[in-house]
Amino acid sequence: MATTAPTLPKEATGRPAGPRTRARRPGDELAGYLFLSPWILGILLLTLGPMVTSLYLSFTDYSLFTAPEWVGLDNYRRMFDDARWLKSVQVTAIYVAVAVPVKLAAALAVALLLNNKRKGQGFYRAAFYGPSLIGASVSLAIVWKALFTDDAVVDRALRAVGIHTGGWAGNPDFSLLMLVLLGAWQLGAPMVIFLAGLKQVPVELHEAAHVDGAGRWRRFRSITLPMISPVVFFNLLLETINAFQVFTSAYIVGGPNGSPAGTTLFYTIYLYDRGFSDFRMGYASAMAWMLLLGVGLITLFLFRTARGWVYYSGDKR
Amino acid sequence: MKLSTVAWHAGVIAVLVVVLYPIVWVVAATFKPSADIIGNLSLLPTEPTTGNYERAVEGMAGISIGRFFWNSTVLAVLSVVGTVASSALAGYAFARLRFRGRGAMFALMISTLLLPFHVLIIPQYAVFQKLDLIDTYVPLLLGKFLAAEAFFVFLMVQFMRTIPHELDESAKIDGAGHWGTFWHIILPLARPALITTAIFTFIWSWNDFFGPLIYLSTPDKYPLPLALQLFVDEASGSDFGALMAMSVLALVPVVLFFLFFQRFLVEGVSTSGLKG
Repeated sequence: MATTAPTLPKEATGRPAGPRTRARRPGDELAGYLFLSPWILGILLLTLGPMVTSLYLSFTDYSLFTAPEWVGLDNYRRMFDDARWLKSVQVTAIYVAVAVPVKLAAALAVALLLNNKRKGQGFYRAAFYGPSLIGASVSLAIVWKALFTDDAVVDRALRAVGIHTGGWAGNPDFSLLMLVLLGAWQLGAPMVIFLAGLKQVPVELHEAAHVDGAGRWRRFRSITLPMISPVVFFNLLLETINAFQVFTSAYIVGGPNGSPAGTTLFYTIYLYDRGFSDFRMGYASAMAWMLLLGVGLITLFLFRTARGWVYYSGDKR
Repeated sequence: MKLSTVAWHAGVIAVLVVVLYPIVWVVAATFKPSADIIGNLSLLPTEPTTGNYERAVEGMAGISIGRFFWNSTVLAVLSVVGTVASSALAGYAFARLRFRGRGAMFALMISTLLLPFHVLIIPQYAVFQKLDLIDTYVPLLLGKFLAAEAFFVFLMVQFMRTIPHELDESAKIDGAGHWGTFWHIILPLARPALITTAIFTFIWSWNDFFGPLIYLSTPDKYPLPLALQLFVDEASGSDFGALMAMSVLALVPVVLFFLFFQRFLVEGVSTSGLKG
């Protein structure tokens, strides 16, 4: 286990680092497959098999109770004429584009605030992390909705400062923003990762820059940010992929139709509705593959741009 | 204490109060009469009552809340057992044994780390339906026993790699086989990774909503999240206090886990990027 900053992207390309010089022992071969047998069964039966099947189903008309019927690219074509599908893409895209930066900015701000050697840091770090564990639960979605209904806590607090929005839960203009805030409320997990990255920034760099007359902002922009850019990238990647898959909170707040007025019709909600309420499983499979394509393209895009702004110390650049 | 330190504590606490307000508010709200919950910002109930909890414990649709707690517990405990066992076995194979196809299989495992599960659920559902396993716990647990959560396999591999090889070698010399080495040497030393896996699996299973939503249909078998959602649908507005109380009760085990194991949780996140 890496003990410093998370290194998933780097590890992902590596091979298991066994001792290369060690000779293969007799019996290793069989033992390897035996120890790995649950995983091998799982990857075949629960991952690779279903993946191939769902790709096939995405080209069929399948309702679970009749045999799949080949329809070629129909499901994929139909999506672009499906107003609700387009709406769900729009809702999800807006959510990802807003919620991820907001959450990461909040997480970085808190991490910077906590990053010093004073007593109590460990306690605060844990306290801020706590909400991450319950934020995606049904309980918390219920609480969140209660906070944001008409005449409830948020409404009253805003009215006290002269802002009249009514309850956010039933208001199409604010329902998505309310879920963005619920996402940002779970800033703890990326915050902990930022903090681990900040600990790696050499103090000497800051001191030298300070001597040279660089102000706080300048030092943050020119030292801290480049030094923690691998962690920023890691968080960005993870949070983006996760944001695409928000389900529970949106379902509790907006139900399977994304109320009010489809403003919380997340992609996963619509996929669930088509697949498991209407049992249009061919169509839902095609939707799942479009989601994989979308997430894959965004991931690729992030890795591409990363070359320009992610700095690994030790790089010869 | 220096002035700057005092200012720092004050600043951090101010932010913390905003972040933790919803939790404190809802706990306070559960002791207020139903009608007094929504519009009441104050944290102290004017007429404290435990009525909400009494009605919450009664449960709904003739099923007591104890039943839902039991169901959640069964699912979470079996998930932990399955995930820890299967991930540790796979981790040992990847970290310690050399066999044909290891590199390719490891790459395959890594590539499933970020795979959205949506491309898997429809065929999985169809197969479980054919096998007549809908409305049982099998679909929710099978993956746990087959190391389907790649994150934990990865965590085990990463951790077991750091255990010195000399220990395996001396066990070998003492005549231990692979199983002996795994059981007596590697597992005890991999305890931090096992505990991290167990805690996260428990919490994820406890909070899981999507799996039970698609696979379970008999309220008697519902875990808490699904029961809560049923309660929202049936009683929306009518018994708000009991709904809040039930929501809070459902969070209690997670909060306890957090209080007891927060070191493992926070370390788990900062070293492997595990999500909360």
